[in-house]
Amino acid sequence: MREHDAYTAHHAVYDPELDEPVTDLGFVRSLTVEGTEVTVHLRLPTSFCSPNFAYLMASDAKDVLTALDWVERVHVVLDDHHDSDLINRGLAADAGYRGTFGDEAEQDLDELRLIFRRKAHTAAMERALTRLLREDRELTEEALHDITLADLPDHRTTHALLRRRAALGLDTAPSAPVLVDDHGTPYPREEVPLRLRFARSVRISIDGNAHFCRGLLRTRYPESATDQTPRDQEVHAS
Amino acid sequence: MYTKDGENYYIVDAHVALWDARPENQANIHGKQFIDCFYDYHRNLSPESELWSYEEYLYYGGARLMKDLFQDGYVDHAIFQPAHLGAFYKNGFGQTEEAFALTQRHPDKLTYNHCFDPRLEQAGLDQLRRDAERFGLKGVKLYTAEWRDDSRGYKLDDPWCRRYLEACLELGIRNIHVHKGPTIRPLDRDAFDVADIDKVATDYTDLNFVVEHCGLPRLEDFCWIATQEPNVHAGLAVAMPFIHTRPRYFAQIIGELLYWLDEDRIQFSSDYALWTPKWLVERFVDFQIPEDMTEYAPLTTDQKRKILGLNAAAMYDLPVPEELQVRRIETQAVSVA
Repeated sequence: MREHDAYTAHHAVYDPELDEPVTDLGFVRSLTVEGTEVTVHLRLPTSFCSPNFAYLMASDAKDVLTALDWVERVHVVLDDHHDSDLINRGLAADAGYRGTFGDEAEQDLDELRLIFRRKAHTAAMERALTRLLREDRELTEEALHDITLADLPDHRTTHALLRRRAALGLDTAPSAPVLVDDHGTPYPREEVPLRLRFARSVRISIDGNAHFCRGLLRTRYPESATDQTPRDQEVHAS
Repeated sequence: MYTKDGENYYIVDAHVALWDARPENQANIHGKQFIDCFYDYHRNLSPESELWSYEEYLYYGGARLMKDLFQDGYVDHAIFQPAHLGAFYKNGFGQTEEAFALTQRHPDKLTYNHCFDPRLEQAGLDQLRRDAERFGLKGVKLYTAEWRDDSRGYKLDDPWCRRYLEACLELGIRNIHVHKGPTIRPLDRDAFDVADIDKVATDYTDLNFVVEHCGLPRLEDFCWIATQEPNVHAGLAVAMPFIHTRPRYFAQIIGELLYWLDEDRIQFSSDYALWTPKWLVERFVDFQIPEDMTEYAPLTTDQKRKILGLNAAAMYDLPVPEELQVRRIETQAVSVA
């Protein structure tokens, strides 16, 4: 029961780059509970996955599990990574990002997190708009300039977009335009096709990386295949 | 040369390596982790018929390379793009002497590019001048995430790196191949960030910057830069094998590159020995954008010819028989600002 509870809480930990829960990606190798102590082992597709993302996911895991009211101690261990020793020492000591990496870290990870939240929003925006274009062949790309959130169907691509907008603090009112920049500002009408095109390349990148990382994880850890939840086919329609 | 359906293609494999990752050459655990990561790439993206054993993968030697590329792989010319990785391998990962000796024996088939590391400052700059003369360098391969002492990488626009790039201009080294990898410092930035390429491409317009694996996993940032900088090119290392495992994704990569760059700035490579060229060349010639992807135009035979060899041949002044050429068009930057 408590393991289920902890695993459910772990769903809130996202790979920032792939914009998916690490549980669905198969990155959680094991999660065990003994009384009020939770131990999580994480595994990644390669030894050389970016250490900053690795740290970010591991420390997020520690945070969400520590937040459970029955939990007293949490151990998060990153397995088989080139920086495993460093990261695991930092996590055990609650040393924080800068305390863990020392000189290699200059600021904190907020800016990095923001970059990838913005990419996730851009990709979600493209998915919603491309879906609209495919369903209504009369609709031109330029006309997307006038599409507002109210014009989007009650569909999970729309819900996903609203979540990404909320995460960035962007307007989620029905009257808000859909195609906007990272700050919620609409683009000039003549730029719409180019901006949609760019958003598409962001979406292709994220979806492509997600598939590659999932595949590499299965190659590295064949047993991870059963832990992976298929990536939502709808969101990478094309 | 590869021939299919009466069409001939001149093939340049623009990114190959002759590496030694055997345990006796591994300096530490990271040497093993690195080659294991390569081997997982190989296993994950290769057709089953093309899989190598782990032992073969650790070290394959010059004779095997010649066979895989030129006898079996249809390649007319290949370019060594070595990674030194001195922090992981005692005698380096890319085998300089062996590769250069092979190049000297087969100058019509092989070009040797070397690497430099701007963190070696003046000593490395002096070495670059000696290397340029000894190897007759037309290009270099830079791995910005390479570890050195406590450093986990550098940026192309670091002051010392700029001095190296200026030396390249002076020494006639025109082709700068750049590979981005994780762990570059400082860690609070995106390790794969390609923004430094934008800066140096703007400042050194007489240099070509070939971004390996077309900026993946940051395809969009790469495309945005490349569309504005006519001297930025896409290398297809690592992207190519998706043609087998995920052809629709491959179609999107090619489609995006053709949209944001153009057909003159995309170069084929197998990234040998990550993969072998034979099946990649065969598949690429047979490849077409799926019909339902109406956002992309179908690939033409001439576009395939350019990507498979003519673009890299032009960059490296390789002699291509007249009948294998297509009419070249001028490259223009698209303004997106």
